[in-house]
Amino acid sequence: MTGTVSAASGPSAAVEKGAAVTGLVPFGDAVSRYDPVIGLETHVELGTATKMFCGCPAVFGGDPNTHVCPVCLGLPGSLPVANRVAIEYTIRIGLALNCQIASWCRFARKNYFYPDMPKNFQISQYDEPLCVDGWLDVTIDDPGAEGGSRAIRVGIERVHLEEDTGKSLHVGGTTGRIHGADYSLVDYNRAGIPLVEIVTKPVDGTGELAPAAARAYVTELRDLLRSLEVSDVRMEEGSLRCDVNTSLSPRGSGVWGTRTETKNVNSLRSVERAVRHEIERQAAVLDSGERVVLQTRHFHEDTGTTTAGRGKEEAQDYRYFPEPDLLPIAPSSQWVDAIRAGLPELPAARRARLMGEWAVSAREFMDIRNAGAVDAVAATVAAGASAAEARKWWLNELVRRANEAGADVADLPISPAAVARVAELVKAGTLSDKLARQVIDGVLAGEGTPDEVVAARGLAVVSDEGALLTAVDAAIAANPDVAEKVRGGKIAAAGALVGAVMKATRGQADATRVRELILDRLRA
Amino acid sequence: MDSGIVRMSAADLAAGIAAGDLSAAEVTEAHLGRIEAVEDRVHSFLHVSAEQARRAAQAVDAQRAAGEPLGPLAGVPLALKDVFTTMDMPTTCGSAILDGWRPPYDATITRRLREAGVVLLGKTNMDEFAMGSSTENSAFGPSRNPWDLARVPGGSSGGSAAAVAGFEAPLGVGTDTGGSIRQPAAVCGLVGGKPTYGATSRYGLVAFASSLDTPGPLARTVLDAALLHEVMAGHDPRDSTSVDSPVPPVVAAARQADISGLTVGIVPELSGEGYQPGVLARFAEAVELLESLGAKLMEVSCPHFTYGLAAYYLIAPSECSSNLARFDAMRFGLRCGDDGTRSAEEVMSLTRESGFGAEVKRRIMLGTYALSSGYYDAYYGKAQQVRTLITRDFQAAFEQVDVLVSPTTPTTAFPIGERVDDPMAMYLADLCTIPANLSGNPALSVPCGLSPDDGLPVGLQIMAPVLADDRLYRVAAALEAALDRRRGYPLLDDAKGLA
Ligand SMILES: [Zn+2]
Repeated sequence: MTGTVSAASGPSAAVEKGAAVTGLVPFGDAVSRYDPVIGLETHVELGTATKMFCGCPAVFGGDPNTHVCPVCLGLPGSLPVANRVAIEYTIRIGLALNCQIASWCRFARKNYFYPDMPKNFQISQYDEPLCVDGWLDVTIDDPGAEGGSRAIRVGIERVHLEEDTGKSLHVGGTTGRIHGADYSLVDYNRAGIPLVEIVTKPVDGTGELAPAAARAYVTELRDLLRSLEVSDVRMEEGSLRCDVNTSLSPRGSGVWGTRTETKNVNSLRSVERAVRHEIERQAAVLDSGERVVLQTRHFHEDTGTTTAGRGKEEAQDYRYFPEPDLLPIAPSSQWVDAIRAGLPELPAARRARLMGEWAVSAREFMDIRNAGAVDAVAATVAAGASAAEARKWWLNELVRRANEAGADVADLPISPAAVARVAELVKAGTLSDKLARQVIDGVLAGEGTPDEVVAARGLAVVSDEGALLTAVDAAIAANPDVAEKVRGGKIAAAGALVGAVMKATRGQADATRVRELILDRLRA
Repeated sequence: MDSGIVRMSAADLAAGIAAGDLSAAEVTEAHLGRIEAVEDRVHSFLHVSAEQARRAAQAVDAQRAAGEPLGPLAGVPLALKDVFTTMDMPTTCGSAILDGWRPPYDATITRRLREAGVVLLGKTNMDEFAMGSSTENSAFGPSRNPWDLARVPGGSSGGSAAAVAGFEAPLGVGTDTGGSIRQPAAVCGLVGGKPTYGATSRYGLVAFASSLDTPGPLARTVLDAALLHEVMAGHDPRDSTSVDSPVPPVVAAARQADISGLTVGIVPELSGEGYQPGVLARFAEAVELLESLGAKLMEVSCPHFTYGLAAYYLIAPSECSSNLARFDAMRFGLRCGDDGTRSAEEVMSLTRESGFGAEVKRRIMLGTYALSSGYYDAYYGKAQQVRTLITRDFQAAFEQVDVLVSPTTPTTAFPIGERVDDPMAMYLADLCTIPANLSGNPALSVPCGLSPDDGLPVGLQIMAPVLADDRLYRVAAALEAALDRRRGYPLLDDAKGLA
């Protein structure tokens, strides 16, 4: 213990170093006095057909221990053979992140014992990663900034290739961890799936936007990886996993503090919450004169808090050494050039293009993006709608419904083509906006395509003038005194007649047209 | 039963089977009979698979009866070191930690042998995980040298060597990490080859030191070793370090047996103080004999060979400390202390504590230490530099000479028990053989007579440039022929341990 614990900040008897302080400093207060420095380590399971070093299928799930062989089970005598597609995917990621691609590098063994690691070493990369020294530009919402957003460039330290471990299920006990469990089950289906680790350089200077910056980086990275078609990047299935490093530097001191590494951060929202919590917690530790302990912490989705894992100060020595069972990776410049030439349009370029094509401001585009509707709007435009129509229906109507349903807008059971068809029907005057919303209800309820819903529910606008005139005449005849008032110049009174006509047509008439017809009739 | 069959060479057996003069079945029965007769004294095998051997032999006979073509070693029995995985036999690596393990897959070497019609008689004894030079580190007791049952057959492939020298099998397969084929061959009076690193597949060879392990042949004649070499070698896509180039013409070279015009280099660093005088005497005579057969002699210094042993005892233990981490009781093999009260870590520890022998533990600790942060550069890193220098010594030497020669071992077979408590003395047995492992060069030990001081076999080591394995056989065959002519009968007729 290096400091005294103030009465206000926690118990006086410290149980363990740094653990004595349990309070939090309110976020605003914390960032007014400390500058957060963040760093992210992201693990991405590659979507190759087979595993990193054997021919087993690299797929999520499956009955336990059905996608295994002597190699990925680490049986005595088995040997790894590197998956060329995984190396290509890693280079693709490195190029998209503006990295240098090593012309020669090696795999290394990372040695430690854990039951879900078949060989008790992981084939990874150590001091010779495949890709180094790149960057990713990220836009953060910043209400205080001009245009409502701020751009930062996140440095990429390295991108390297390794193999995933198996999965342990700890049965019994209370913690769900290996300690205290009655017994553990291990599923090696995941063992050996190619895993890319992307490590950022430390990101400082984001101040109170640090949690948002962390989230924005992971979001941008996820979109990038998805566009590269190297992974399905599903955080909930663990194919994209984040460790978040956080440290605090007393404002203006320029001296970086000790960092913590928060594991198990498996949603975009959790990334933001984890950073925020660590800032609040570390500020309390520092305020009390304690020091932050270099350690691994676990994030808890339910409470939004972190708790200490094993201390890194007694960290294991991984005894890295070059993997003698594999040859060095030496991608030729021709191969790298071919991979570069095959890169798809990257999200940032695509966004710039779409902003131009849709004629929207950065702020408006940010709204579409934050709503998770960029792909949906683009697909709706591709299906024939105008950008304005597509934005209108997705942002005004479908985002609201997604929020009500607690779902992602992209996961709503309505296709961009269906939305484009609704927009087309409105434009043609077949549907009013009000009717269009009912059509969308029907599509979301599984009643079929927009045209099928229109037909089944009888929702088309009544535009037959003869039928409308009959209804108008009936309304005038039924309300002679109202008609008299209108004839006498009280135009406003026509509203009652319009209402009567709309009622008679079950709302399927165009109210504006009905009003015109009534006024024509009474003026004559 | 000591029929004439068990004294025949693999080449003669194969020819007899192919011609129909012998059946594979009777050849196999003869060897099973010999095993039955001598195994309790020599203890070459950890597992004899008589039924599978008979079936394999019958398959060869049926193949021949059907007029199908036979491979060059079809129907010839073989003793396989218990470090290769076999689906139909246990694989223990001489360790209690793998007692009872039955692998779900065949090693590439196992598969190639089966496909060639070779009859696998069983799995042979070895120093635990191939760490040792005497088979005394086997968890299942030592094998004995057929020349003198009180002495070791060398190691770690001592079981295969004892089986071949004891006429239990005409052929044996071993692995050579620091000399584990050549040293037993030398002390048992056999031919033993370590091919170029990567020329023979390691897939299914339970790893000791991945960058050094090399499967190779053990036989009583140079031609037999070459025939087996040719069956074993070849590219294997399952082994990333496998060499993808044609197998050198080793059989043709063994038949050629002509060394006129060849330049033979003698390495002064692998000689002198600490070498048994009888070994040096036989070695010197053999070198003179090579000269008389038309070779040009030249002394070639390889100054960094002196550091080979030290570098080896950093690199091999480092790799083994990682390779042997998988023996953790989780998926296969021994499991100790799993009584429902202990954690996975405790079960791992108890299993490794009880399942590994002293030498294996010693090397795991050495390697763990050498790779530790703060020591890596001074130990593992420095050893890799030495390795590079030794490789350069070989390259420089082969600019001047076609092959290098040295004694294979500093001494003849030592008595069982003599070195078990003195690891350094045991390690010195590999002094001459280690450089070729560090560089990956091919090397072979061929008998060059009996040491006058103890009447035990002495081996001459030949080393060649990478992928020039055929030169080993050319020189060895010439020497063998000259010595056999001079002696008038096969060397192994003098082995009286099992008489
Ligand atoms: Zn597999």
